[in-house]
Amino acid sequence: MEFISQHPVLVVSIVKIAVLLFIVMTALAYLTWLERKVIAHIQSRWGPYYVGAHGLLQPLADGIKFLFKEDVTPSVSDRLVYTLAPFLALSLALTAIALIPFGPPSVTLLGQPVFVVSNIDIGLLFLFAITSMGVYGVALAGWSSNSKYPLMGGLRSSAQMISYEVSLTISVVGVLLLAGTLSFNGIIAGVHGQTGYWLHFIPKWNVFPQIVGFLCYLTAAIAETNRVPFDLPEAETELVAGFHTEYSSFKFAMFFMAEYANMITVSCLATILFLGGWLSPFPDTWKWPLFLPGIGLIALGIYCLIDTFTTMRGIARLQFAVVTLLCLGGGALCLIPAVAAVIQGVFWFTAKILAILFFYIWMRGTLPRFRYDQLMSFGWKLLLPVSLANLVATSAVVLYLLTKSPQ
Amino acid sequence: MNLPLIVFFVFALLAVAGAVMVILAREPIHSALALVLVMISLAILYLLLGAEFIAAVQIIVYAGAIMVLFVFVIMLLNMGVEERTNFSKLAYVGVVGGFALLFEIAHWLFHSAAGAAVANGPAPAVAFSTVELSQLLFKSYLFPFEATSILILIAILGALVLARKEE
Repeated sequence: MEFISQHPVLVVSIVKIAVLLFIVMTALAYLTWLERKVIAHIQSRWGPYYVGAHGLLQPLADGIKFLFKEDVTPSVSDRLVYTLAPFLALSLALTAIALIPFGPPSVTLLGQPVFVVSNIDIGLLFLFAITSMGVYGVALAGWSSNSKYPLMGGLRSSAQMISYEVSLTISVVGVLLLAGTLSFNGIIAGVHGQTGYWLHFIPKWNVFPQIVGFLCYLTAAIAETNRVPFDLPEAETELVAGFHTEYSSFKFAMFFMAEYANMITVSCLATILFLGGWLSPFPDTWKWPLFLPGIGLIALGIYCLIDTFTTMRGIARLQFAVVTLLCLGGGALCLIPAVAAVIQGVFWFTAKILAILFFYIWMRGTLPRFRYDQLMSFGWKLLLPVSLANLVATSAVVLYLLTKSPQ
Repeated sequence: MNLPLIVFFVFALLAVAGAVMVILAREPIHSALALVLVMISLAILYLLLGAEFIAAVQIIVYAGAIMVLFVFVIMLLNMGVEERTNFSKLAYVGVVGGFALLFEIAHWLFHSAAGAAVANGPAPAVAFSTVELSQLLFKSYLFPFEATSILILIAILGALVLARKEE
């Protein structure tokens, strides 16, 4: 106990890192489930259905399968770099999440904010520093496999990530100009008053003045994470599986997890920069949105309850009964005003991330893949000029406002 | 021994070891990766000095952009293992000269008044915030800053002219 009271930062940080890692790993696993389900329903299929009720245990089964598969290393590859690449990809992807504030800094434990692992003044720059290193995982994997398809995939992927990183960074600068700070908390809380409403109901989020920047960011982010329609690096009809063709077992799983972790990171960043982070879209004076998380969970619980008795059979019925109880119990807990106030920020943050992730999956289910030259000309000839124009226009407006009313 | 000092020695050693690896590695990719290690270690040393902004920019620009291009070009050309020759006799002179220089710097640091001031002097009192840095860059030193940008622009144009195919 003495140690805890003497080193609150160290102890709380370690606990936060452990909890965050657990949550992120689970979220990654269930993101794959969500993706398969949504894509399946877009294509009029059922998706995973047999492992657990509604295929809910499918991610677990996949994980066990990855663990027990044989780990094949191509005989001619550069062993050191070949092993380093997946570790680099996954560790960088997970490190980036440590900078994300998932809730307001006002919720504290032992004087430390609970919902962010590391809150630094130039959070955005550090996030870009970490994600800009992400190219190495892909490039090195492609090179060290010593095989032509991975090499092509790695080259394509590096070229694509380098090209789109430019637009990604520039599309964000407009928000920074409006906020006047690089810290995530500052951007959300808004130096220039992001809290408050236009016309009494439209929240003052950056997405409205920066709609062009938001669209550029979203496009560049999809390309940055190598997702459809920009998934050229792993175009299976051309390159088998791109840079990770020669990887098997858990090393392949690490690339897989890194891709999904990157998706979560860019969604978090979009939420923080453009969608007001953990802020609720409803005015503070309204009391009923406080109970939305509880009401939502209970509604989900009731749906599961009906499903348990109508469609589930055998062991799946038992599993679904557990899910139902969890939903109803959690929902009841969230209706307590004190609990509702604490989880409010996290609830809105998660809801916004889920909306963006759903958009991602929706894109994948809808759009065909770009051709390589289309991808390059789109990135350099359309996206970059538009985000530059957005930057210039925003600077002009900010300058005009500053000269009209100093401070 | 306090934590910052341990961190300093770990990353200082990593930086030096990485720099040696850049020269000794036979695979071009290994050299490039060792250089990335040097850049990251330097960034962490900047962090220890309280220069957060410089540290982040060091990683973004050097490790995240320039070295990625290096790796990209090495991959694109698919360069093989470099050839070793009996290295030149001049290298011995270089080794002796290098150690002499190192010794001289150490001597200066530990035995002269000016060196002692640098080595034992107080840490910089203010950690520069991004705001202060930008005011220095865009107000006090605006002209050198712009001159540097023009210099870089000229370098880019020069590279383009050199790389262009002959008509």
